Order: sequence, then structure tokens, then C-alpha cells
Amino acid sequence: MEISDSCSFFSCIKKGWHAMKQTAKVKRDSKKTLRLVKRFIPVYLMALPGIIYLFINNYMPLPGLVLAFKKYSTKKGIWGSPWVGLKNFKYLFRTQDAWIITRNTLGYNILFIIVNVVMAVSIAIILSELTTRWKKVYQSTILLPHFLSTVIISYLVFAFLSSENGFLNNSIFPLFGKEQIPWYTEPKYWPFILVFVQTWRGVGYNCIVYLSTILGFDREIYEASAIDGASKWQQIRKITLPLLRPTIIMLVLLSVGRIFYSDFGLFYQVPQQSGVLMNVTQTIDTYVYRGLLERNDMPMATAAGVYQSLIGFILVMSANLIVRKIDPDSALF
Amino acid sequence: MKSKDEKRFQFMGNVVMIIMTILAVAPLLLVIISSFTDNNTLIRNGYSYFPEKFSLDAYHYIFVENPQVLKAYLVSFRLTAVGTVLSLSVTTLLAYAISKKELPARGVLTFYVFFTMLFNGGLVPTYINYVNIFHIKDTFWGLLLPGLVTNGFNILLMKSYFTSSIPDEIVEAAYIDGASETQTFLKVVVPLARPIIATIGLFAGIAYWNDWNNGYVYLNRRQDLYSIQNLLNRIVQNIQYLLQSGDSNAAALLANLPTVSVRMAMAIAGVLPVLVIYPFVQNNFVKGITLGGVKG
Repeated sequence: MEISDSCSFFSCIKKGWHAMKQTAKVKRDSKKTLRLVKRFIPVYLMALPGIIYLFINNYMPLPGLVLAFKKYSTKKGIWGSPWVGLKNFKYLFRTQDAWIITRNTLGYNILFIIVNVVMAVSIAIILSELTTRWKKVYQSTILLPHFLSTVIISYLVFAFLSSENGFLNNSIFPLFGKEQIPWYTEPKYWPFILVFVQTWRGVGYNCIVYLSTILGFDREIYEASAIDGASKWQQIRKITLPLLRPTIIMLVLLSVGRIFYSDFGLFYQVPQQSGVLMNVTQTIDTYVYRGLLERNDMPMATAAGVYQSLIGFILVMSANLIVRKIDPDSALF
Repeated sequence: MKSKDEKRFQFMGNVVMIIMTILAVAPLLLVIISSFTDNNTLIRNGYSYFPEKFSLDAYHYIFVENPQVLKAYLVSFRLTAVGTVLSLSVTTLLAYAISKKELPARGVLTFYVFFTMLFNGGLVPTYINYVNIFHIKDTFWGLLLPGLVTNGFNILLMKSYFTSSIPDEIVEAAYIDGASETQTFLKVVVPLARPIIATIGLFAGIAYWNDWNNGYVYLNRRQDLYSIQNLLNRIVQNIQYLLQSGDSNAAALLANLPTVSVRMAMAIAGVLPVLVIYPFVQNNFVKGITLGGVKG
């Protein structure tokens, strides 16, 4: 499922947390509680399918995490398989893999965060200032790529980059007398390609929150500054950006909290699983997938997953701590 | 009165946005045109916005000659319909329950939902759970279940809509007037919650339509259960496999795979439903995303 995204994900964690605080037990006498329970029996029944589903999908797998400390045998199952302590982790970190997947996951996410902020904020500012009625069309068109599946996106990218009949190699490069480039076997281009594709896909989505924030600003400040002779550029620099700063900081810190997780589809589909590119396209998430589906090494894949959730959890907590220091109201919990 | 500065900004802004808009649709357009291009032209000249020769062969192939594509297409539609209805029902019902302020154990239930967003077992434990205990491998359930409600996100989104946009008084009034909890929910709450139900339904529908993960992980032998996304994914994999295996028969085997224009037609078939509904629903998406945004 590809819809939910880091920023909305976190705002929801935040909502859940606040909801919990709000509903902290109000003291009721037991008779009244009993009466309420009776009254709400149909409501509990309504909740039941969801409770059962979340139990199966999200709670039952949790004990399976012990697999990271075991040598898995299909015959014996998770619980019958022998313990091996930290051997899986030791093995993971002895190989080059741990370094490569960590570097790629962090490196790409840092690039994504920087490019996303710059692009999304710029687009949001432009859209908020435009007076043409076309701006709705602009906004909904740049949002479209967000709703394409990564499989489809890999087909679109392939149409441009394919070495035999790709658009770049066949139609663009000959115009400039440039040599053809075998994109899918040249690792050095991929950091750029992946950042480009990620931005192409995400910019329409990422600018929505910024845009709605800007539209909430008080227009009077702008009118007053215009009377004082401020140019558009000055207004953007001196009014919009400073007012937008808390939102930018929030969203950046939230994506820093998710920096150990990668967009699996992007890294798995778009490079078309080209083995030569693995060094620059393998991330923790693709490593876990390949561990399960290709290498059939479940304990190793689980170990990488545990490594990811542990560091990921520490990062979420640290990001939240920093947010709380800067702006207590924006903190997640 | 428009200043010169303002005019220049408007001009530049429009130029930037027009470029962005073109960039957003250009790749899709290239693939659409390629799907209508004669395959030999495509192989000789490559993908092009202005092909020498058009052809409908690719569409004839996928919709008339080869039943596999149509079958996968039907699976996709069935999956999306069933998945959306189920996902929406489960989400709405649970969200409604935890939005009731008076409900005993509401806090515990909310935490139960919230916790799924903080931790999960990850791919491998989830896989083992579904395959060894629920035996969903190589069944339609494998496509349907693992994505039904991936985590508490949509539930909490909907719950916050219930608590903020549906006045307690109305719900209580219905109850005092003698409506049962079920009647209140169906006759009062659901009609009032139509905007959020539409948004969450769209999220779920798009997610199911676009999903290829579940089929990839949980379908092994039963390729007849492939959705259109799985089929597209499988074709890429077969090509990569043949190219990388160094098999001496690779060339012959590659020739048996769908031609370039057929592949592009399949990709277009894969996005077509999204493209068709997009103009009508994009406004709802923007609202939904703003709702889920930090400020919401």
C-alpha cells in the first residue's frame, strides 16, 4: 500500500496520542459503567471486525521477531528452531551489505528531504501567489504522478531510459550528437535518476500541506507591506518564508524520524532489478524483501528488519525530542 | 492596479508551473503514444512522441487475442471492489466506536489502534504468520488481507473527523428519540460522514488498484490470480531474468514475451481507471491529504 506517507503518518500518530490523553480514564461508578457497556454492546460489535483484523495483521506477527535470533528451519517452525544468539546480526554486519544498505537508505533520504523541501516550498509559494484560474489545473496535474503505482512508474522511466529504444537514447541524444548511454548498467547516474523520479512523483503531494498553511496566513500583512513598497520577492523572503518556518521544520524533522525507512517500490521497481546497479539501489527495505523472496534467508531478513525498527525507533524519539524543545505544541508525544 | 513587479512574478510563476505540469504528464503521454505505435516502428525508431506509423494491434492483442491480460484486469477490478468495501466497512465501524466519548474502554481501544502505527513485525514475521497460520498463500485472500487496513492511519483519520465534525448532540438526540445504536449509526452518522467516507474509500481503492506487493509476495504458483500490476511486474522480471541469466536461448525466449507496444498498452490499461476517475476525485484527495496533514 503506497498511499500513506511519512508526514501524514506522523500527524496521525500525534492525533492518536492526543486522543489517548484526552480519553484518560474518567472515574465512573461501576453501576453506570455497566449500564453504558450494556447500551454500547452494538458499538462493541461494530468495532469487533477491526479489532480482530488488527490483531491478526499487526499483533500476531510481533512474536515472530525472535526469528532474528534463530536459525530457521521450515520443518521446526519459528518456535522449534534453535537459538543462535546474535549470530545473524554479526553475520549481517561482517558483510559489506550492512554498510551499503545503511549508506543508501540514509543518503537517499537526506537527498530526498533537501530536494523535497526546496521544490515543495517553491511550488507552494508560486501556487499561492498566482491569480490565474489555471492554478487549480496546475495543482491537480502535478499531483497525478502520486497516484501511479511504482510498477507503472518503472514502465514510464523505462520508456525514457531503455538502451535499445528509449526516448533519450533514440530521440534526444542524436540531436546533440551525443553517445548512447546504457542507463541500466551505469550505477553513476542512478542517484540522480532516483532523486528525480522521487521528486517528480512526490512534489504535488508534498506541496499540499505547505500550500494550505500559506493560504491560512493573514493577507493584511501582505497588503500593508505592499503599501510600504515591498516587492514580491521581499514579501516572500520577509513574510512568507519566516511564517512558514515552523511548518518546514516540523515536516523536515518528521521525515528525519523516518530516515531509516525507504520507499520500497521506488528502489525495487524503478531500477528494474538490475544487478549491476545493486550497489547504489539496495536499501534496507529492498534487502529485507530480497532476503525473503530471493535468498530465502528469513533470519537474516528479520535481523535487518529488527536493525531497521530499532534505529528507526531511536530516530523517531530523538526527532520528537528536538521538536518538543523547539515547539512543544508540534511535538508528536 | 498591478505593479510591474507583480506582472513579472505572475508571468514567471505561470512559466514555472506550465513546465511542471508538462513534466508531470509527459512520461505518461509518451507511453500512451507508444502503445498506439506500430511495434516495428517502435523497435526501429524507439519511443517517440511523433511515431511514423500508428497501430491498434497492441490493444487488439491484450483485449482480444490474449486472455491473460483481460483475466488479470478482472482480478484487479474484483480485488479493488471487494477490498474497498471491506476496508471501508472495517475502518468506519472501528473509527465510529472509538469516537464515542462515553464508550467504556475507549482509551484502551484507541491505544490498541495507535500502537499499530508505532511498531509492526515487519515483512518476514507477517509473511510467516499469514502463510503458516492462515494459509493465504496462492489464494485470493493473499491479495486482499495483508492490505485491508495496513495500520491505524485511516482509522484515526476517520475517528478525528467523527469527533470534530459530527456534533454529539445530534447523535445523542437520535438515541434519546429511541433510535438504537445501529440505527443512529446508519441513519444519522453515515450520511453526515459522507465526505470522509468518500476520501478514505478513494484512498483504499487506489491503494488496492495500485498494489503489486501482496501478489508478488503471496502468489507463487497461482499466476491466474495475478492482478494487472502483478502481471506487469512479472513481465519486467522475466525480461531481466533472461537478460541476466546469459541463457543461450535468451533471445528466443525474449521473442516470446509481449512486444514493446503490447507492454506499453498493458501499462496504459493498468493506469486507465486511475486516469478516468482522477478528474472527478482529485479535489477530494487534496482535502483528504490536508485533513491528514500536520495542521489537520
